[in-house]
Amino acid sequence: MGKRVALEASIAAAEAVKMVDCDFVSAYPITPQTHIPEMISEMVANGELNAACLTVESEHSAMSSCLGAAATGCRTFTATAGQGLELMHEAVWIASAHRYPIVMAVCNRAMSAPLSVWGDHSDVMSVRDVGWIQIFTNNAQEVFDLTVWAFRCGEDPRVLLPVMVNLDGFTLSHVTESLLLPDEKEVKEFLPPLQLPNALHPDKPTTHGAFGLPNIYSEMRIAQEIHLRKSKEFIIETLNEFGDKFGRYYKPVETYKAEGKKTLLMTMGSFSETAKIIIDELEAAGESVGLVYPRLWRPFPFEELYAAVKDADNLIVFDRSISYGGQGGPLASEVKSALYGKEKAPKVASIVGGLGGRDVSVEQFRQIIEKGKEIAENGSEELYETVGIRGTVSGIRG
Amino acid sequence: MSVLETRWHGRGGMGTVTSTELLARAAISQGIYSQSFPSFGPERRGAPVQAFLRISDEPIRIRTNVYEPDMVIIVDPLLMQTQDMTVGLKPGGKILINTTKSLEEMKKRFDNWQVAVVNAKKIALETIKLPITNTALMGAFVKFTGAVELSFVEEQIKERFGSKAGGNLEAMYRAIEEVQIG
Amino acid sequence: MAKELTWEDISRGGIIDEPGNFKVNRTGDWRTLRPEVDREKCNSCGLCWLHCPDGAIDVKEDKFEINYYYCKGCGICVKMCAKKCITLVEEEE
Repeated sequence: MGKRVALEASIAAAEAVKMVDCDFVSAYPITPQTHIPEMISEMVANGELNAACLTVESEHSAMSSCLGAAATGCRTFTATAGQGLELMHEAVWIASAHRYPIVMAVCNRAMSAPLSVWGDHSDVMSVRDVGWIQIFTNNAQEVFDLTVWAFRCGEDPRVLLPVMVNLDGFTLSHVTESLLLPDEKEVKEFLPPLQLPNALHPDKPTTHGAFGLPNIYSEMRIAQEIHLRKSKEFIIETLNEFGDKFGRYYKPVETYKAEGKKTLLMTMGSFSETAKIIIDELEAAGESVGLVYPRLWRPFPFEELYAAVKDADNLIVFDRSISYGGQGGPLASEVKSALYGKEKAPKVASIVGGLGGRDVSVEQFRQIIEKGKEIAENGSEELYETVGIRGTVSGIRG
Repeated sequence: MSVLETRWHGRGGMGTVTSTELLARAAISQGIYSQSFPSFGPERRGAPVQAFLRISDEPIRIRTNVYEPDMVIIVDPLLMQTQDMTVGLKPGGKILINTTKSLEEMKKRFDNWQVAVVNAKKIALETIKLPITNTALMGAFVKFTGAVELSFVEEQIKERFGSKAGGNLEAMYRAIEEVQIG
Repeated sequence: MAKELTWEDISRGGIIDEPGNFKVNRTGDWRTLRPEVDREKCNSCGLCWLHCPDGAIDVKEDKFEINYYYCKGCGICVKMCAKKCITLVEEEE
């Protein structure tokens, strides 16, 4: 039945790892993820979780050791943030190419330089292309739920892919709030034991990570790509299964008061919750504004996103990272490209803010919406605009 | 649907963050909603810290820092010399100060707001024998705002402090008795 | 063989589930120098077999024989031979 508890979102993630009876955890501590591996190692030390907890000297080793454990069929977990995600970058590619169902929590943190321990999306945006299933959470309940789901989905025999669960560094990871924690028994029922075909075992030797000459590499990569795309069907199926079991349904793209609205704001991550407040205020004042907040980032939810935005006139996409010298906001650029060529599509305005731990207040979301509507109406010379940055930001041409 | 937004000012190691966490937990076990988090940064003892606590009857959606608190709690009065504790504090808002100074003096200093004072340091030294004022301030907070029911706060203190709960509970009760609300 | 596989043929994660499938590869073709054993002098000490990095020396009834299908001609056996009875000769075309 579950009970309502107060937990810090990081601890909620650790609880999920405990309840799914994870076998192997190897994580290197990095702010703001530290509470996750600390809590897990405490749980292992006091016998609450029967897992091998490997302390390693860097994130590169953390992911590499996860690759090894996952290859033998262990239920595997790690967590990282910011620079840590980058340090393990090469190994992250291998997890998806090998189709190991590793689950990784990423407490989204700004990349250096300057050195920042605070949150934004620049870390996860640098791993867009690696082939993992990637999902965003907005509150502590979702952190728990979607971490449990990540194991279920990644380990599904029809999927067998690693899953990245994103939670905003500090603004979500370090907040203590209320959530409904299911019974451990229910979680165990939801998750069948992991059966990894061709797992490494002395009795049945296999080769993982073979050399791929030019005459075979393309076929191997296309096989991986097509599989990742096909997995969307099972992502949705397992999300629904989660809902059937625990009563909370999650969709690839979520909307809030978006039906029939002329203007839509788009956000990803916990700032979406703050954004809902301005949507309510504007709606009460008679304005036609709604919120779309994508949850599934990879495989990109083309269909669901289009369905959510196609009838609006304006779509204002808010990004918490910059693709330097490129399109600006990564989410905006992917949305624009997804809408390209569609007969019916809203005008897209791109606004960037919330970098390196800078908050975006309810009032600033109002400004974002106003600016976005203005851009949609009058056009703009700028490829994207910014919010909350001191000084005039201009001359960014597309 | 209003959210009580509070900001706590202390120094690392004084239990400022713990206060907000325990109060949040108390509110949540009471069945209402709460959010607590520290001002983030490379933490270290002795450095000024802020902690934030929101309490509401409804789910709390806002996820920014608290910029316009309804209430400010000053855990370390020495911080008043170097920082303006009232930044963003709503007019008519509340200030709870751990201080040896009198209520009159503090009321004069913070005349735009509703002031309460408690000599939490003295209470702490006499009850838990340490100058850690958080549990005393938690008691004063409950008395001043009524935002959380005392029994749930008691529960949290017992759970968190285990064998040391006795002294901490005493600190809390004494602060409830001794806090002077202007 | 690889040339004929379509992307649909690729196993999950590119895992090769047939152990030792590289053994069809005739690495002996890589040789330019070929080790030859003087059987008169050989005392079957086994040092050549012990040190061959490719396991290209077979044990046949207490005799150690170089497997020329795999031997790459690296010359380590020549160096290690206790009786100095192995010599490297040029491969003939």
